Order: sequence, then C-alpha cells, then structure tokens
Amino acid sequence: MKKKSIGDNPALVSILASIISIVVGLVLGFILLLILNPSKAGVGITAMLTTGVSSLDQFGKVLYQAAPLMLCGLSVGFAFKTGLFNIGASGQYTIGAFCALLGAIQFQLPWFLCLILAMIGGGIWGIFPGLFKSKFNVNEVITSIMFNWIAMFLVNLLLANMPKMLASAWGASNSDRTAALAKANPSAIIPKAGLNKLFGNSSWINISVFIAILVAVIIWFILQKTTFGYELKACGMNKEASKYAGINANRNIVFSMIIAGALAGLGGGLYYLAGTIQYVLVKSILGMGFNGIPVALLANSNPLGTIFSSLFISFIQVGGSAMQPNFSSEATDIVIAVIIYLAAFSLLMKMMLSNLLKRKGKEGKKA
Amino acid sequence: MAEDYVIEMLHITKEFPGIKANDDITLQLKRGEIHALLGENGAGKSTLMSVLFGLYQPEQGVIKKDGKEVKIKDPNDANRLNIGMVHQHFKLVECFSVLDNIILGVEDTKNGFLQYAAARKKVMALSEKYGLRVDPDALISDISVGMQQRVEILKMLYRDNEILIFDEPTAVLTPQEIDELMEIMRGFKKEGKSILFITHKLSEIMAVADRCSVLRKGKYIGTVNIKDTTKEELSKMMVGRDVQFSVDKKPAKPTDTILSVRDLRVPSRTHNNDAVKGVSFDVRKGEIVCIAGIEGNGQTELVYGLTGLAKTTGGTITLDGKDITHASIRERSKAGMSHIPEDRHKHGLVLDYSLEQNMVLQRYWEPKFSNKGIIKADEVRKYAEMLIERFDVRSGQGPITISRAMSGGNQQKAIIAREIDKNPKLLIAVQPTRGLDVGAIEYIHSQLIAERDKGHAVLLVSLELDEVMNLSDRILVIYEGEIVGEFDPKKVTVQELGLYMAGAKKQSDVGKGA
Repeated sequence: MKKKSIGDNPALVSILASIISIVVGLVLGFILLLILNPSKAGVGITAMLTTGVSSLDQFGKVLYQAAPLMLCGLSVGFAFKTGLFNIGASGQYTIGAFCALLGAIQFQLPWFLCLILAMIGGGIWGIFPGLFKSKFNVNEVITSIMFNWIAMFLVNLLLANMPKMLASAWGASNSDRTAALAKANPSAIIPKAGLNKLFGNSSWINISVFIAILVAVIIWFILQKTTFGYELKACGMNKEASKYAGINANRNIVFSMIIAGALAGLGGGLYYLAGTIQYVLVKSILGMGFNGIPVALLANSNPLGTIFSSLFISFIQVGGSAMQPNFSSEATDIVIAVIIYLAAFSLLMKMMLSNLLKRKGKEGKKA
Repeated sequence: MAEDYVIEMLHITKEFPGIKANDDITLQLKRGEIHALLGENGAGKSTLMSVLFGLYQPEQGVIKKDGKEVKIKDPNDANRLNIGMVHQHFKLVECFSVLDNIILGVEDTKNGFLQYAAARKKVMALSEKYGLRVDPDALISDISVGMQQRVEILKMLYRDNEILIFDEPTAVLTPQEIDELMEIMRGFKKEGKSILFITHKLSEIMAVADRCSVLRKGKYIGTVNIKDTTKEELSKMMVGRDVQFSVDKKPAKPTDTILSVRDLRVPSRTHNNDAVKGVSFDVRKGEIVCIAGIEGNGQTELVYGLTGLAKTTGGTITLDGKDITHASIRERSKAGMSHIPEDRHKHGLVLDYSLEQNMVLQRYWEPKFSNKGIIKADEVRKYAEMLIERFDVRSGQGPITISRAMSGGNQQKAIIAREIDKNPKLLIAVQPTRGLDVGAIEYIHSQLIAERDKGHAVLLVSLELDEVMNLSDRILVIYEGEIVGEFDPKKVTVQELGLYMAGAKKQSDVGKGA
C-alpha cells in the first residue's frame, strides 16, 4: 500500500463516477435521438451540447436557470444529509415564487424583501412535513408530495382571486398569468449589476446565480463547521446514536425541513423575480423542484458539488430547448430525462468504479 | 492415508483489500470429532468458515471432502456436500412456525402442495432422537433463544448434514442451556457426525472438544489435542502472550449512594406491557454492581429507562441526590452519567462519522469544543489524538478514520475512552466486552476497575457469567423484569446464579432497595 492509486481517493472517484455517468447518459440520449429522427440526430446532439456556450446570451440563460436549480438541489441535498427525502421542494418552490410575486406586485416591495418573503413562504411549507414526521412519524415523502399539490392549487386559487396580481390588471390582455414585473414593479426585478453588458445584452442574466452560489457556500459551512450541522448530520446518519448523544432529533427534523423549504422557496423567488418570466396558472406541478433531486444526487448531496451539477443540468436544458424545430418538445424532454436519469446513477457508478480500481490496484501490486 | 479426514482445507489464502484475512491456513477435520476453532476477533475464523460454506472464494488453497478435491461456489454446494452451519445470528423467519423454518428451502411437494405430514414426522423423529425439544407449531418470534438455536440445529439435521459448523453457539445461552448443548454435541459425535465449533470461550473447548486449531491475525498457529493441553496454553496460542484470567482487584470500599432506583417501571420495546416491573436498587461510590440475567429479561429496557432513551412509566431515579426521573438524556449526561451502550453500532457511534467526530459525540456542544455554534476543529483534533494515545485506540488513519472502517474492539475502546474521560459519577456499562477478544476484554475490565477505584460508581449489565463473577462487587439477578436475587460474588456459584437467572429460584426480600 505504498503507492496511492486513484481508488484510494474517494473524492476523485466520486467526480470520475459523475463524469462517466454523464457520458453514458449522453450516449444513450444520442441513441434515442437516432431512433426518433435519424437524419437530424447529429444536429440535435450538437445543439444540445453547444447551445449553452454558443453565445453569451445563451450562456447567460444557463446561469439564470442554474440559480433556482441550485437552490432546489441544495434543498433536497440538505434534507438528505439529515436523513430526510424532501420530495416537496416543488411545493416549497411554488409557495416561494408566489410569496415573492405577492411582495413584488401586491405590496410593491423591492426585490430583496421579496426574496426574504420567498424564503419565509418556502420555510413555512417545509414545516408541515417536518412536524408530521417528528410528531407522528408520518413519512415525509408522502406528506411532501401532498403538499406539492396543495401548494399548486392553493396558489392558483389565490391568484385567481387576486385581480391585482394578474397581468390583466396591468394593461395586458391575458389573465392566466401574473403581471410582468417591468410594468407592475420594476424595483422588484433582481438587479443585473452590469452583468447584462458583460453577457452581450443577455436578457436572462442577473445576480441570482451569485446569490445561489453564496447560499451554497453558507449551507456547506453550516453542515461542515457548526454544531448545528454536526447534529443534523448525526441525525441523518444514525438517528439512534444522535438520540443517545442527547441531540433532540425531532426538533432537528423540523429545523432541517424549514431550511430545506426556505432554500427551495428562495429558488422560486429568484426564478420569477428576474423579470423575464411570468407565473402561469397551470394544473401541473412545477418541474423545477423535482429537478432538484437529480441535481442533489449528481452532487452526492454536497452543497459545493450542487453548484456544478445545477450548472450542468441547466446547460442540458438550455441545449434541449434549442433542438425544438427538429425534435418535438416531448422528445427533447425524454432525452433530457434520460441524461439526468443516468447522471443520477453516479452513486452506482461510484461503487462499481471503486471496486474496479481496487481490483486493478491489487493486480498492479501483485505484478 | 493414515487419518480419516472428512474435510480438509489446505493452504487457504483469502485476501481483502489491504488485509490477508486467511494466510495459508490448513484445517483438517476428522470424521466423528468435535474440532474447535479458536481465535480472537479478526483472526480469520469467520472468513475461513465462509470459505467452507461457499460464501467466499479463496485466492489459493484447496478444499477436500473425503479426500477428493471439491469446489464450493455457494451455500447450495455446501449443502450438497452435507455441510451445515448454525450462524451466530440465527437465520430464521420470525413470523413462520418452527416447522416452516426447518423445511424452508427443501420443502417436499406433491402436485404443488406441501407435504407437511411427512416433514413433521421426520422433524419429530429427529427432535426425539437428539433430545432437541421444540414445539413445531410455535412461531419463531414467540420462542426462547435457546429453542431458536435448536431449530437451527434441526435445520441441519433435516438436511442430513454430516458436517456441522457451530458459530459461537453459546453466546446467547444460560449455563444450563450451554450444558445441554454440549450434551447434544456429544450425541452427534457418537452418531459419527463431525463438528466444527467456533468460539473464544476456553472452558467450553476444554469441556467438549477433541482437538483445537488456533488462528491468530489470519495465520494458522497450530492444532492441539485437548487432552494434552491447558487453558493457559490455548490462550497463549490465541493471543501470543500470557493472559490473566482472574481480574486483579482490591476489595471494594463503597461509600455514598450515587444512584438510587425505586419501583422503576419501563415499558417493553416489543410488547404492550412493562418489561421492567418495579425494580429498586442502589449503586454506591466505589463499587461495581452487576445486573446479571439471560438476554431479554428487561436489562435493555432498564438501561433505556436509566439513561433516558425510553420513557419510564413509574418509579423514581435519583442520581447523586438529584431526581432525574424525567430529565432529558443531555441533562443526565451533564449530571454525571456516562453510558457505554449495549449496541455500539446502533447507539454508540455514528459509523459514518470520523473517529474524532465520534470522540466528541457527547461533548461537541461544550465551550471547549465549540464557540457560538462553530466547532473548534483544532480542539476536537487535539482531544481525539489525546484519547487515542491514552486509550490505545488503533485505526488506519488516526482521528480522521471513518469509524465504520475500524475493528469492533477499537470501536468499543473509542466509546469507552469517550465515556470514561467524561469523568462520570456513574458509569453504566452494558455488555462492554460483547464480541471482543481476550486482549481487549482484559483491557476493558481493567478500565472499569480503575473507574471504581477512582471512587466512581459502576453499573455493569452483562450476560457473561465469567465477567459477572470476576468484576462485580455485588450481583443483582434480573428475571422477567424483576430483581430476583442479590449476591456477593465471593459467596455464590455460577450454578446457583443460573437457577435464579432461569427463574427457578427467587429471594423473597430483594428488589425493595438496600
């Protein structure tokens, strides 16, 4: 055991495993494209892989979409570190988005107050699954799925009964979406801080991605350096031992879900306060929260890893939307799903890889 | 061939990453003998048996059955060669009946229907023949551990196994049940069956085995005839040095009462009643009080109640004059209670935390280790290094070793280091030496006595009667949630204790407090 092989470095194995999973996913995605539309498959995969960096504008879009993804990933990952599967990021995200828009349009607040409202809203939405889990030992997956639906219909119901919130109140004709912030309250739009000039007048870019990265670093710090993080992780890894250590596991479950909810809620705020998107009243749950799951899985729930995994998934999504004339939006969604799905296999890949490397290392030593 | 070997394992080498678990080991089992396999934890006994049972493939070496080389690729192959095994942790389906469990996997069917009648007849005949009393219709979850073991043995017999492997079979039994098992094993021997008996209890080897092979750190040390050897010699072979059996200790000088328990009631973890039914006792400074009893008589619940892991339903607990009946676990810890838990993996350690993180598991919140909620990583490191040094905790990478990667003995040492260094008024140690090797046991016993001699109170809960007799200054026997006897270890025999532990005898005036 003198010479260190790659197999001895777990961090490196993790990264390598993630990269291999991504490559396998891309290959499978390409095969799917070949089946769907053979003549355009090459163009399609090129679009998917290059659009994100084809222009500064598109790159700006990648960064903009990465911010809410990152926060949803952090939300899922943070809860996961403490032993909870927060599948309710979507609902928390929806409530966060609603609270942000409520602050922006109804109450005419500036953007940072709206973001705080978004966090509070998401946090409150996280309390319920947490409380049910800690008080009655109800599985958080079930409650948070229900709360996803409750969040969506509640927001739809509220918006439908708040005329001031809708676009129709601000000079537009449609009443199926919230008002455009440029008209309703420009001060609620997240500042671009000159980034748009840097990014070739991209309409997408703003400081949200930096806010998200800052939050990721803060979450990393909490988990890694504080007694609170120590307790949370202990609860996640071994609830019985943390109880033995005098840690109030039930209280920590609630705290953990509040923080996870606040993170997803902030994600909702960041996405809808950019001024480019309006919240549309639909009858399906927003996918962003669910996309947080692969983001977290790909990063192995590591807050810093989440920064990169969210950028990757955002990149694939932006690329996917550029494939649309040649492939239907459903087809691109399937391909994106395949790639993300395979990417989430990184854990399995990691296990296989470390076994393989160990065996190789041993053979090498014998020789 | 001069000798009639039924199984030969020749020059077996099995490697795991970074460690040679078996290094050129040879084990020859004669037909009709009881052959003990002795070794400390991590000596490679289980690996060797797993190789024989087809769970691992060796890198080198051959296995011969009746002189012919065989390949054992999985347990089915082993079964076909008539090799059977009673695992240390029984492999039974809890919600199945005894009969179901015995025939599971080798059911006879006719037109898709199970042939229960024939199976029952065969099982009852075997049960009769070897004196293995079982109730074929009882559910596994309802029967005693001893009977579960008999079911495991019947499983092997039902499959007509000729080579029987017993992996630490006595760990869960009472002295009487152990005697019974020994008798059964002798019966098998008379029938011409061959037995491999894995253990680290020397007295049992001396009592029942014909020969004994010793392993140490993955290497084969030798095979001896039991009638030509002594306990001392065997233990020297096993550990590689002389071992002290009886613990050296001065008479106890107990002073003030530290722990006072009155009419304590604690609900059962599994059933809908109280597992601890009104227990009263005291523990004083400078004495080791031992709760002896067969597993499952309320010891676990009693400890849970004392330490705050479970809510009590009645009675009071007083620690150093302070009522802690309803105090939280953290408050009890602050009040001077340390707890070496029964299950080190469930309670004692966060296995995926590093050693240093586990070393502060009870104390991370103290100002010494954190400031305004930020952990002082340097202090934690320094403290962990100090404990590792002082308590000789061995691990691959020191303080940053992931606890899961450490050996059981060193995990236990880490817990003991942590709990003793809290300088507790009362140390509750539950089976502190379970599954550990002789060297580690010796060390842990000396630490417990050192605690006593410092004037601290020690409450020891143990299933090992040797440990109980050697360590304690006072013995309380628990049976079905009640204290049924109080003894001075110098004035009682193991046999006498066994009768109380099995519920056959009861003192009338105990359990009402000293």
